[in-house]
Amino acid sequence: MLAPETVQPNRTVSTPIIEVRELVKQYPATTAVAGVSFSVPQGICFGLLGPNGAGKTTTVEIMEGILPPTSGEVRYRGEPLGPRFHEEAGILFQKTALQDFLTVRQCIALFRGLYQRGLDVEEVIRLCALEKLAERDNRKLSGGQQQRLLLAIALVNDPAVLFLDEPTTGLDPQARRNFWELVASIKAQRKTIILTTHYMEEAELLCDEIVILDRGRIVAQGPPRRLLHERFAEVLLELPRADFPQRARQLPLRILEASDRVEITTHELETTLRMLLEAQVPLANLRIRPANLEDLFLELTGTELRP
Amino acid sequence: MIRRLLSVLHARNLEFLRDRSTLAFTLLLPVMLVIGMGVVFGGPERPLFKVGVLGGAQHRPAEAFLGERYVEFVPMREQADALHKLTHQQIDLLLAPGNPPDYWVNTDSPKGYVVEKLLLAAEPGARRQPVSGAALRYVDWLFPGILGMNMMFSCLFGVGYVVLRYRKSGFLKRLHATPLNAFEFLSAQVLSRLGLIVFVTAILYVGIGAIIGFHNAGSVLLLTLLAVLGALSMIALGLTIAARFSSEELVGGILNLLTWPMMLLSGIWFSLEGSPRWVQWVAHIFPLTHILDAARAVMLDGASMAQIAPNLAFLALTTLAFLAFGAWSFRWRID
Repeated sequence: MLAPETVQPNRTVSTPIIEVRELVKQYPATTAVAGVSFSVPQGICFGLLGPNGAGKTTTVEIMEGILPPTSGEVRYRGEPLGPRFHEEAGILFQKTALQDFLTVRQCIALFRGLYQRGLDVEEVIRLCALEKLAERDNRKLSGGQQQRLLLAIALVNDPAVLFLDEPTTGLDPQARRNFWELVASIKAQRKTIILTTHYMEEAELLCDEIVILDRGRIVAQGPPRRLLHERFAEVLLELPRADFPQRARQLPLRILEASDRVEITTHELETTLRMLLEAQVPLANLRIRPANLEDLFLELTGTELRP
Repeated sequence: MIRRLLSVLHARNLEFLRDRSTLAFTLLLPVMLVIGMGVVFGGPERPLFKVGVLGGAQHRPAEAFLGERYVEFVPMREQADALHKLTHQQIDLLLAPGNPPDYWVNTDSPKGYVVEKLLLAAEPGARRQPVSGAALRYVDWLFPGILGMNMMFSCLFGVGYVVLRYRKSGFLKRLHATPLNAFEFLSAQVLSRLGLIVFVTAILYVGIGAIIGFHNAGSVLLLTLLAVLGALSMIALGLTIAARFSSEELVGGILNLLTWPMMLLSGIWFSLEGSPRWVQWVAHIFPLTHILDAARAVMLDGASMAQIAPNLAFLALTTLAFLAFGAWSFRWRID
């Protein structure tokens, strides 16, 4: 099994395993990352979110040591990225092709041979539920199976820090949930996970802390719950339009009417509910939901289509 | 380092060996080519005796013999060159002026045997000096060229396109995220292709020998060393092309730009003896020219290692230069 990360006696759990300092990446026509700084505490799942072109993949590739920054630096356990980082980091790219004609087991064995220490190939196969696929040509796997193989390759060195770059993009809902369960089991071993994703549900489910990037800059940073609490003190009440009588429209509430429903935004849920009951509004189909990460994301990054 | 290199080497070997169509093509193409060339150029020998006459045509050392029909007399100035041709049965007998005349005959040559009888019938006192050596057919001369050409294509295109494919698919980028470095990766590719080339060349050497036979006067070990150094030089050349680029069209164009001059100027099909000096100078830039010159010297003339040392040194030095440049300019990902 994966070795749980041990906390050094002179360190606390929140000691940063990775520090990103004033990171800048410029290309001839654009600035992909414009001065980004954050720390990733050891043993958490850290999310990098942002719309297309926000600079998250560039940031994470610099953190992975495969792309040089224009300026700024990334430190791993207090030191610049070096051989130790490459030995201790596991990486799952958004898209990776493996060598033709190799079976699942042989692909894993190839990468196991590149590290000094790590897990037994059979153990990694079991961890990622690849037993029945071990002798299959890697090109003949489904999308979900392919991602499980790439995760197995990322785990083969029993990494202290695991990078997952949009790992569930393109997977069907079942394969996605299956993958989340795998990641959750890795997280339970107190491995540090750095996750980039488009799926807010994924980030909400897995991440302890997030950074939201937009146009190469950080626009929000912190634990998802705290960010939501800071930005959205209100809750949202949804009612079918047919259940909302004319007299109720006179109530002193923030009401937004859509074609099929009515949305009421409020700071004081109990007071609002009492007012609706007094106005004899049927509440059988009432739906109350808190703001979620998607609401936060859209509020911070906007809803317009990016070029 | 060795462990990482071996892992990549093993995976690459598996990938190649399971690609049956490519493997079959790699083995069959040169066999078919040699058989075809053997059929086209081997042919029946001309029914004519050829006698070299030292000192030029003005010497008439054996008038009666020289009057024989069906014997062509070829004036020759250099005795060493003439003897070289005699040992390869490019001439059937060598005659020197004098009274009585001297003559050299190849004791392995049936035609030499017959033409010697003709000479002795005309000049019973002629002094005999025997030499030996198997006949040199065009296919014997061509054979090293075919092996070299196969080596060139396999090294340049095999390595070049494989690395390019790895880069375009993102596999190199994934390897870059591991402790593997460029030198280890390139070394694994070199060794994998080297093993394949030596294996295929050995099969061709034995197989072609069994099918049509060929002449080898030299050391097989020396030929093996030459094959290894030659393959290393060409693989390294292929890697320099594949080290940086990401476009199939560009890499294909550059590889063609390299292979065509080598095909024409390295002496695969015909000797460059007698061609302008600048052509020979240009030809000696190419590793293939050194491979073929040395291979023919070993196989046809039994040259020693010392005699082909300049060719071996050229191949070793170009290997180091190409590898150093390839490692320096290597790119793991598409920019």
